[in-house]
Amino acid sequence: MLKKMILGAASIAIAGSVYSTTPAFAEDTLYIPSLSYRTGPFAGAGTPIANGFADYFTMLNERDGGIGGAKIVLEECETAYNAQKGVECYEATKGNGALAYNPYSTGITLQLIPKAPVDKIPVLSMGYGLSAAAIGDKFPWTFNYPASYWSQMSSILQYIDANSEGGIKGKKIGFIYLDVGYGKEPIPLLEQLAPEMGFEWVGFPVGVKEMQAQGATWLNVRKERPDWMVAWSFGAMTPTAVKEAAKIRFPMDKFVGNWWSGAHADLEPVGAAGKGYKAANFSGIGTDFPALQDVLKYVVDAGKSQADKDDVGKVNYNRGLFNAVIMAEAVRAAQKATGKTAITGEDMRLGLESFVLDEARLKEIGLEGFTAPITASCADHEGAGSIFIQQWDGSDWNRISDLIPPMTDVVKPLLQEAADKYVSEQTDWQTQDCG
Amino acid sequence: MFYREAGQFKSTYEADSAKFPIFQDKVFIWIYLAIGFFVIPYFGDEFFLGAIMIPFLVFTLAAIGLNILTGFTGQISLGTGAFMGVGAYACYKMTLAFPEVNILVFILLSGVFSALVGVFFGLPSLRIKGFYLVVTTLAAQFFLEWAFIRIPWLYNYNDSGAIEVPQREAFGVIVTGASASAEVRYLVCLAFVVIMTWFASNLISGRIGRQWMMIRDMDIAAELMGVRPLYAKLSAFAVSSFYCGVAGALMVFLWLGAAEVESFDYNHSFEILFMVILGGLGSLLGCFLGAAVIWILPVIIRDWLPPLVETLTTITITSSTADLVSDIIIGVMIVVFLIMEPHGLARLWAIIKQKLRVWPFPY
Repeated sequence: MLKKMILGAASIAIAGSVYSTTPAFAEDTLYIPSLSYRTGPFAGAGTPIANGFADYFTMLNERDGGIGGAKIVLEECETAYNAQKGVECYEATKGNGALAYNPYSTGITLQLIPKAPVDKIPVLSMGYGLSAAAIGDKFPWTFNYPASYWSQMSSILQYIDANSEGGIKGKKIGFIYLDVGYGKEPIPLLEQLAPEMGFEWVGFPVGVKEMQAQGATWLNVRKERPDWMVAWSFGAMTPTAVKEAAKIRFPMDKFVGNWWSGAHADLEPVGAAGKGYKAANFSGIGTDFPALQDVLKYVVDAGKSQADKDDVGKVNYNRGLFNAVIMAEAVRAAQKATGKTAITGEDMRLGLESFVLDEARLKEIGLEGFTAPITASCADHEGAGSIFIQQWDGSDWNRISDLIPPMTDVVKPLLQEAADKYVSEQTDWQTQDCG
Repeated sequence: MFYREAGQFKSTYEADSAKFPIFQDKVFIWIYLAIGFFVIPYFGDEFFLGAIMIPFLVFTLAAIGLNILTGFTGQISLGTGAFMGVGAYACYKMTLAFPEVNILVFILLSGVFSALVGVFFGLPSLRIKGFYLVVTTLAAQFFLEWAFIRIPWLYNYNDSGAIEVPQREAFGVIVTGASASAEVRYLVCLAFVVIMTWFASNLISGRIGRQWMMIRDMDIAAELMGVRPLYAKLSAFAVSSFYCGVAGALMVFLWLGAAEVESFDYNHSFEILFMVILGGLGSLLGCFLGAAVIWILPVIIRDWLPPLVETLTTITITSSTADLVSDIIIGVMIVVFLIMEPHGLARLWAIIKQKLRVWPFPY
């Protein structure tokens, strides 16, 4: 008992000293927490994302002195992709004036969605999280630019339609997915589109424990003989799936992954065996962009990055960087709208609803052709961004398609329905009127 | 000096067999309660309450549940995480069906569902024990995890596959959901833990608890003396799962706010088993100590190592390094503790207390 008391007293003392050691942020800084996972089972994806996210802000600080004259203070908090640690990180950082959260984990995103309106800090889950959050009237505080999973799936299906003989009609699509919320999410869209587009689909769930033992799953694939395979995988599941596909001699150029199934880290262990495998992506590949050259010049070569020079420009690095670009553009929009340099989470929300990332702006910030233009709005929190398809040539990814816009007319009603369902389960849910 | 018992005479059997026979203990327990109910919610900020105290209380309750089964009845279980999940999903389904009912009622009721499931998976314990029972409880863990993914009715057919805690009230105060204040959530958790700890301690010293311990110490002898293993073992599974179920409901509704199946995976079963072993098998105090060491210590290391090292030296420690360091320290601590004091922290405290009773004049 005494020990408990001492422990309690010690923890109170430590909690008290939080206040004294937390750096007092000056008037003109922008505090952005980064919930990273450089450890744990998904560190392979988490590390480059965190590096890209951090390096872009460091570059803005070094090159421009921050955004609109305010320096960016980035604080990383390690979640190890663990939802419980994610909550801990959120509680630890939100009091410092956090502008927005980018959790990079669906589990953590789901926990933060209800907290966002209460704490007045928006959540930007870039291309993951809850698809329904794209409906801005129902989710004023949550954003998933540049596209939701459902939009992405509709783009992939269009790609298949355009690139198979005789179109997608009458074809059989195999859908291999990680058997958790993330992997199951596109199923309602497949069910909706299968009769409309005239294809047949068959699902191949892969449990989290079977991620690296998919032999049985691929035996089923061989039995079902699908014309195309679509993967919703993550982490170690992707290289295993590609290896197994190669083993059963599945035509690799008819195997398409989503944007979490096509990073360098996923295919490098497979190497030449994965040649021809395709994946969706929305952030450019390589360093042939002025903004990335600036990152190399001001940050990586100056020794201010945790990333190796070779990793800059890879898929996940660029995705983290693109996330930082959206954040920075939203900060700029918020600064312009409010006239303040140091903005709050509430201002940031307005910024995330009003920034314009069109071709001209992309060129201005040195990312011409990096991604599809996004126009933010009150009602549309996903921006209905387009994706492109990239292909693995045995050692590197190459972009092989033009931008493919999503089938908004099909996806929107589904998103609306899901959003209504989410809100109906909540009491006193805060919505907004977008007119 | 702190524990001088001179002059404390027991004149009745009640006084002699009281929970806290020493006057000082009685005083201390009231002081702890006062600190818990008044001082901590008043001074603690949202991080301290939400990220340290609430999880600590949740894990304490789960550890008490497991300790009843493992420490007091001798049946090792690796299904704790899944039983917590049963409680959480039961509470979610009930509160969606009857939104106007006081949420505290459902949190308690969710324990009943968990108890039923626990009794079912406890049936093999009548025939097998030891490692074989570990395997069957692990099977329960995997089966329930499978059920949480594959039965969409459980998560109300959400596309995300997760359960999202709606806002609910009790006695006019918002208790769950994002609008609930950390103080309210903490006090509700604390009330559950205090009442259920008190109940457990009485249960253990009563007829049922003695039967459990007889089964643990030697089941054949217990059977010969008239203890029915069927009732004793299954009641242990029921009570244990009840506690775990309530802990699971508290975890999701008052702490996390949303949960996927990963929140109930076997890692949690192991984590809670570590808490029980490190704290002390067969000790309620040990549950508190074990949960404190396994949950609070890493949080402190993660949050305090980087600023501390930065002020003392010129080295910068990233938050991922701090995370790894805390894993290493906790791992080493578990090994060292188990070598030096295999009976856990509770035993360590008993030794300290014995020393304090004669201090400063050991004879």
